[in-house]
Amino acid sequence: MAPITVTIKLFAHFRHGRFKEADHQFPPGVACREVILGLGFRLGEMGIVMVNGQHAPLDHPLSERDTLALFPLVGGG
Amino acid sequence: MDKILRVNMTDLTTAVEEVPAEWAGLGGRALTSTIVAKEVPPTCHALGPNNKLVFAPGLLSGTAASNSGRLSAGAKSPLTGGIKESNVGGTAAQMFARLGIKALIVEGMPKGEGWYALKVGKDGVTIEEERGLLGLGNFAVIDALQALLGKKTGVIAIGPAGEMKLTSANISVKDPSGKIRSHGRGGLGAVMGSKRIKFIAIDDEGAPGIQLADPEAFKRASRVFTKALMDHPVSGQGLPTYGTNVLVNILHEAGGLPTRNFTHGQFDGHEQICGETMHDTIVARGGKPRHGCHAGCVIQCSQVYHDKEGQYLTSGFEYETIWGLGANCLIAELDDIALADNLMDDLGIDSIETAVAFGVAMEAGLLPWGDGKEVVRILREEIGKGTALGRVIGSGAGAVGRTYGVTRVPVVKNQAIPAYDPRSVKGIGITYCTSPMGADHTAGYTIATNILNVGGQVDPLKKEGQVELSRNLQIATAAIDSTGMCIFIAFPALDIPECLPALIAMINARFGAKLTGEDVTGLGKTVLKLERAFNLAAGLTSADDRLPEFFSSDPVTPHQAVWDFTNEEIDAFWDF
Ligand code: SF4
Repeated sequence: MAPITVTIKLFAHFRHGRFKEADHQFPPGVACREVILGLGFRLGEMGIVMVNGQHAPLDHPLSERDTLALFPLVGGG
Repeated sequence: MDKILRVNMTDLTTAVEEVPAEWAGLGGRALTSTIVAKEVPPTCHALGPNNKLVFAPGLLSGTAASNSGRLSAGAKSPLTGGIKESNVGGTAAQMFARLGIKALIVEGMPKGEGWYALKVGKDGVTIEEERGLLGLGNFAVIDALQALLGKKTGVIAIGPAGEMKLTSANISVKDPSGKIRSHGRGGLGAVMGSKRIKFIAIDDEGAPGIQLADPEAFKRASRVFTKALMDHPVSGQGLPTYGTNVLVNILHEAGGLPTRNFTHGQFDGHEQICGETMHDTIVARGGKPRHGCHAGCVIQCSQVYHDKEGQYLTSGFEYETIWGLGANCLIAELDDIALADNLMDDLGIDSIETAVAFGVAMEAGLLPWGDGKEVVRILREEIGKGTALGRVIGSGAGAVGRTYGVTRVPVVKNQAIPAYDPRSVKGIGITYCTSPMGADHTAGYTIATNILNVGGQVDPLKKEGQVELSRNLQIATAAIDSTGMCIFIAFPALDIPECLPALIAMINARFGAKLTGEDVTGLGKTVLKLERAFNLAAGLTSADDRLPEFFSSDPVTPHQAVWDFTNEEIDAFWDF
C-alpha cells in the first residue's frame, strides 16, 4: 500500500534539535505511538497528543493528511 | 494578636478592631467575601458610600510556605453588579500578614473633592490628604513613593482609570522588583477611586511577624509541598520556561483560541505571539524568562520582556493579555502587545477586559483589525486623557457593545470572557456561566482537565462531565483562594497525592487547627454559596448564569462547535 503523509507539529522544548512542523511519510494506519517513538521521544514525556485538533490515545491509527501535534506536559492559565 | 483595620472615609476616622471569632479561621477570598456579604447591602450602588473595599492576605501569607503571598481584594463589583474577589501577588500580602492585619476594611465616602492616601504600619492605619500624585500612572506613583518612603515600602495604588472610576479599572500592587501586579478583574479600582484613595503605603518595620503554632510540623509539611510544586512538570518546568503564554499554540491547535472577537477558534498569526517565540525573544534581548511575582514563589511563571534595544518593556506578560490583543484583535506583533500591556498597567486597567473591549470596538469599526499602533494611541490619548471614547472603551466590552450596537459581545454578568472559547472547551463555559465573579477562567480552570491532561481527562467538545468538573474545580479554587496560594499550585495538587494534604498540614501547623480535606472542601462550598446568595440578593438571577446568544447560534471553526447546554443543565451546577 502507498505510504501516507502526516503533518507533525512539535511544541515547547520538543522543538529543540528537531523541528516545528514537518511532513513525514508512514505506512497507512500507523499508530501515534510508533510515530512518537520514531522521533526519539519517550512515551512518558508526552503531555498532550492531538490528531486534527482533538486529543487522541497513543494507539490511534493515522490516516492520509492527518496532523499530529505533540506537546510536553505544560500549562498556564 | 491579629487585628482588623477599619477606615471610614465619610468621617475620616480609623479603628483597630479585634478579629471576631467567626472570622478567625478565614483568610483571603473566604474573608473578603464573608465581610462583603455581611456588611455591604447587596443592592447598594457599587460606587456609592455603602460599598466597602476589603483587603485580606491569605491564611498562609507571610509564612515560608511556597507561593503563599496572594492578597485578596473584595467588594461589590461596579462591572458585574455582584460580589467580587480578585487576588494578586506582589509584596503587600506578606507585609499585611507580618503586621498581623487579618483584613483592611475601607468604608464610606468623602464628602468633598479631596483625595487621600492610607498609611499602614505597626500601629494601625492613618488617613492623609494627597495632592502630588493625582493623575499619575502607577509606575510614577510607585517610583515617587519609593523615593519618599524607601525601597521597601509596600504600595497598593490606582492609576488614572481608577481615579475616573472606569469599570475596568484595577488595583495595582507593587511587586518585589518595583513593578506591578494587579487585582485585575471586576473594576475594583473604580471602588477605590470612589473612596478617593489614590494609594495605600505599607511599612512593616517593627512588625510582630508570624507565630506558628507548630513550627516543626510546618517545616515538614512545607518541604513536602515545595517538592510537589517542583516535581510536577507544569509547575516545575513548563510554567517557569514558557510562562502562561505557552497556551497560545495549545489552544490554537485545539481550536479553542478565540480569534477576531470570538469569530474563529484559530489564529493564523499564532506563531508570532506564542510562548515559544516569546521565550526566544526574551532570551535574545537579555530579558528574564522567569521571574516571581512575590518572594517565595518557586514556580516563577512571570518574566521580564525587553524591547529591540534591550530596554525594559513589560513584565508579568500573561497569556490572557497576549491572546486578547493578539488573536482576538488580530495583532500579530508581540512588541505592540507588550507596549500596550505596559500602558494598561500604568493606567490601571484590566488587561483582559480592555483587550476584549478593543475586539468589540474593532467589530464596531472604531479602529481597524490588527492595528496595534492605534490601540496604543487610544490607550494613551483617549483612555489616558479620559475622552468620551476612552471612557467607553475603559468601561469594558459590554459598554462598548451597548454604545455601538454590537451583538457579538463576549461577556457574562457584563465581565469579558477570557482566552478560551467555551464552544470548543465546554467545561470553561460552565465556569464562565456559573462563577459568582462573572466570566473568569481562574474561578474553575477546566482547561487543566479539558485540554492539558492534568487531573484526568474530560473531552472538551462533549457535554458529559463538564458541570461536575467545573463544580469540583470552583469549590477547590474558592478554598485555595482563601489560603493565599497562587492558583498554579492546583496543577500539582490535582496530580500529586501528597500535595493537598501538605497544604492542609501547613494551615493546621500555622493555626494549631485540625482541619481535614473535607473541612477545606466545605469551606470552598460555603464561600461559593455565600457569594451566590449575595448576587441573588443584589438582583442577579439564573438568567445571568448564561453565555451570550451568539455562542449557541454561531459555530466556531475548526470543529464547528456550538454552545449546546440547556438552562436546566447549567443550573444543575448549584446542586451541592
Ligand atoms: S507562579 Fe506566577 S502567578 Fe503564581 S506566584 Fe509565581 S509568578 Fe506569581
